[in-house]
Amino acid sequence: MAGETILSVKDLRVRFRTLDGVVNAVKGINLHVDAGETVAVVGESGSGKSQTMMAAMSLLASNGEATGVVDYRGKNLLTLGKSELNKVRGRKISMIFQEPMTSLDPLYTIGNQLMEPIRRHRGLSGAEARAEALRLLELVKIPDPERRLKSYPHEMSGGQRQRVMIAMALANDPDILIADEPTTALDVTIQAQILMLLAELQRKLGMAIVFITHDLGIVRRFADRVYVMRYGEVVEEGKADELFANPHHDYTKMLLAAEPTGRKAAPPDNAPILLEGRNVEVEFKIGGGFLAGPPMLLKAVDRISVTLKRGQTIGIVGESGSGKSTLGRALLRLLPSEGVIRFANQDLSKADKSEMRPLRKELQLVFQDPFGSLSPRMTVGQIITEGLLVHEPSLSSKERDKRAVEALREVGLSPETRNRYPHEFSGGQRQRIAIARAMILKPKVVVLDEPTSALDRSVQKQIVELLRTLQADHDLSYLFISHDLAVVRAMSDYIIVMKQGKIVEEGPTEEIFGHPREAYTKTLMAAAIDETKFRQSA
Amino acid sequence: MTDTAITAPVVGRSLWGDAWARLKANKAAMFSLFYLIAMATVCIVGPFFVPHQYTTIYPDYVRTPPSISAYPKPEMIETAMNDAVRRMRVDVKEWRQEGERVFITVTSAKPLDERNIRYLDRSDTFDDAKLESTAADGLSAVMSASIKQQYFLFGTDNTGRDLLSRTLMAGRISLAIGLLAGIVAVVIGVVYGATAGFMGGKTDEVMMRIVDVLYSLPFIFFVIMLVVFFGRNFVLMFLAVGAVLWLDMARIVRGQALSIRRQEYVQAAEALGVRSRGIVQRHVIPNLLGPVVIYMTLLVPQVIILESFLSFLGLGVQEPMTSWGVLISVGAKNIGTANWLLLFPAFFLVSTLFALNFIGDGLRDALDPKDR
Repeated sequence: MAGETILSVKDLRVRFRTLDGVVNAVKGINLHVDAGETVAVVGESGSGKSQTMMAAMSLLASNGEATGVVDYRGKNLLTLGKSELNKVRGRKISMIFQEPMTSLDPLYTIGNQLMEPIRRHRGLSGAEARAEALRLLELVKIPDPERRLKSYPHEMSGGQRQRVMIAMALANDPDILIADEPTTALDVTIQAQILMLLAELQRKLGMAIVFITHDLGIVRRFADRVYVMRYGEVVEEGKADELFANPHHDYTKMLLAAEPTGRKAAPPDNAPILLEGRNVEVEFKIGGGFLAGPPMLLKAVDRISVTLKRGQTIGIVGESGSGKSTLGRALLRLLPSEGVIRFANQDLSKADKSEMRPLRKELQLVFQDPFGSLSPRMTVGQIITEGLLVHEPSLSSKERDKRAVEALREVGLSPETRNRYPHEFSGGQRQRIAIARAMILKPKVVVLDEPTSALDRSVQKQIVELLRTLQADHDLSYLFISHDLAVVRAMSDYIIVMKQGKIVEEGPTEEIFGHPREAYTKTLMAAAIDETKFRQSA
Repeated sequence: MTDTAITAPVVGRSLWGDAWARLKANKAAMFSLFYLIAMATVCIVGPFFVPHQYTTIYPDYVRTPPSISAYPKPEMIETAMNDAVRRMRVDVKEWRQEGERVFITVTSAKPLDERNIRYLDRSDTFDDAKLESTAADGLSAVMSASIKQQYFLFGTDNTGRDLLSRTLMAGRISLAIGLLAGIVAVVIGVVYGATAGFMGGKTDEVMMRIVDVLYSLPFIFFVIMLVVFFGRNFVLMFLAVGAVLWLDMARIVRGQALSIRRQEYVQAAEALGVRSRGIVQRHVIPNLLGPVVIYMTLLVPQVIILESFLSFLGLGVQEPMTSWGVLISVGAKNIGTANWLLLFPAFFLVSTLFALNFIGDGLRDALDPKDR
């Protein structure tokens, strides 16, 4: 399979000039890509894995500079002129990015966007380019390609858009396809399909793939060789099988062990029921108005019943759009809903804002995005004590400060940092701050809305550990919403699988994972847990 | 962590601190900022140090070109002297200049009145007039007067007023209107826009339709109406300008408030049970301030231009008070004969607007570095 070396990177260094001085993003790395092989570059955020490839393609931001050698078939890409470079870039080496939503121009049809580079690079006529575009769409298995040529990007799903991106990248028959986290923004089942497609295309067309990712699960199933990066350096490289079987560097070992482990025992049967929802229904109105006629109704949550006991963790699993976050918010009465919601034998169904206010102390929420959920203009101390202003207004500012110190210690952050601002913290630290904000009120029920999805694997594990410790210490009940089955499995003792606002299947964790009954659950499990190589299964 | 004492917290760097650091790195913006401060200081303090009042008329110096040497010029002395002597109804026999003083021998058919020398004092050119000697017959006399040194660095206008002091006074007015009308627009706009954006729903609809209606009023027509009903005055000026410009501000702020309302940190505050007022105070307004500050620096030049435009049309401030717009309007009429009347005020106005715009750009980059 491995042929001659077509791309080799020698002593590549990337620097960014910022206001705080020079940041060395990539510190002299060497790597090479042989014809037809799949190379994975693995690392957590900030490891410089994306910047390496951006530098190789001369796509760095304006304040960045790259030194070293990027040798593609005898040409150093770093010193090539723009027109020379464009003969390679986009033709012989092409890229696909993480965000299929923003990589396509919303104003042009798929057909236009596919045909334009074909016509420019190959000088084909309109009809020939159209035929070629059609062939490409068929190649990436888009159903009904004739019609799709005339579609706009917003008419397609995320997975289909990523397929179009792949088709565009393949248009000029590249030697190397650089895929920068191509499946991170997609649901697990779609992710599996896209990876399958990539593996199949590689077999058919024989190009090399450079796969940049943080997800070791994908690497294991996909790559021939692996480079593990940390802090801008390659810490370990080798054949994928060997590296996974016998990692040498501590960091690699740590990454491999970063999958959250452990299982949660179910609470005792006689544990009191804390939060209960009966036939909860949430409807969203879409469109409509004075002249637009009656609005369209979307049932985001369709007659769902949940019972959460003290000390229990219910995992709510589903793909994007399944209504799992909406359900979480409806149960906290943050969204208007139908049906009965009871908390500690108190009926909340009709409670209005002011009646809910004293209860907010008991019912807390932690969000997915640790960057969006903390106000950028407030210090960490102010953020985590905001709830105290509402629920314990008699506290003096000194006492509040003391509580903030306690809360920060509890979530494993150094209390000296309480006068810092959120942007001075990493993603994992910010999620700890968000957790501290919820915990300072000593709640009974916490809805965790994808609290680990935006974090690196190793940080995820720490957050999972933290949440577990907090649960044990304070006898908390969690509603754990996630699309990540590995984390859900480690966290919860009961699982609800949701699809399109309805419960597909529910039961104790081991039962769901061990013997899924419904076809949809089986697909989910297969996509997440399967370890067979894509190349073999394709 | 076993220590019970609370360790002293580290002081963090706020976003404002970051923005200030970025702004300091922006040379154009910092230069503009210093320039603007200098301009404001000169306009406020300058008129006290300029020897001429902005209202004083010098009939001898109508439309004098700017010069860094003192007036009168040698050739002007004779003209001025002849003017003064003619008012005495006597004839000049001879005159000579000795240093700072002129000596004039005059003759007359009738006996000379010694009070006549006051005509020399009244002239803008001479000072300290004395009757040196009178002939025995009283029909001729020698008078002397010192030449008054006057500087007109920017020249004088059509009625002989010093352009430097007038330009500085005009700067006071223009900057004051810019600032005051800017503040009026920002205050109304922020309060109105934030309310509409945060309340949302029907309230928002109604409030923004009112803005739309006000937008559709022709601005000049609106100002002419105001002038017709209330007469021309200074306060009315910036009320009118501010009343029109808050509409933009309200729209910008409403958009911001709408997007902030959907931010997760606002939802988190709602989940904590924070009241609407607390959310607006602690979350919405601090996060709004960035765009508001940016828009304010771009609004002030807009106000100055609007005022200039109104003054140019004759709807603005009234003589003898003046503004850059008024001066430019006068200058434009005299562009052929006295171009300095246009050049100096225009330079002041344009450079100030430049500085304000650079600062606005710099602030935008500093507060919103992601958009670069």
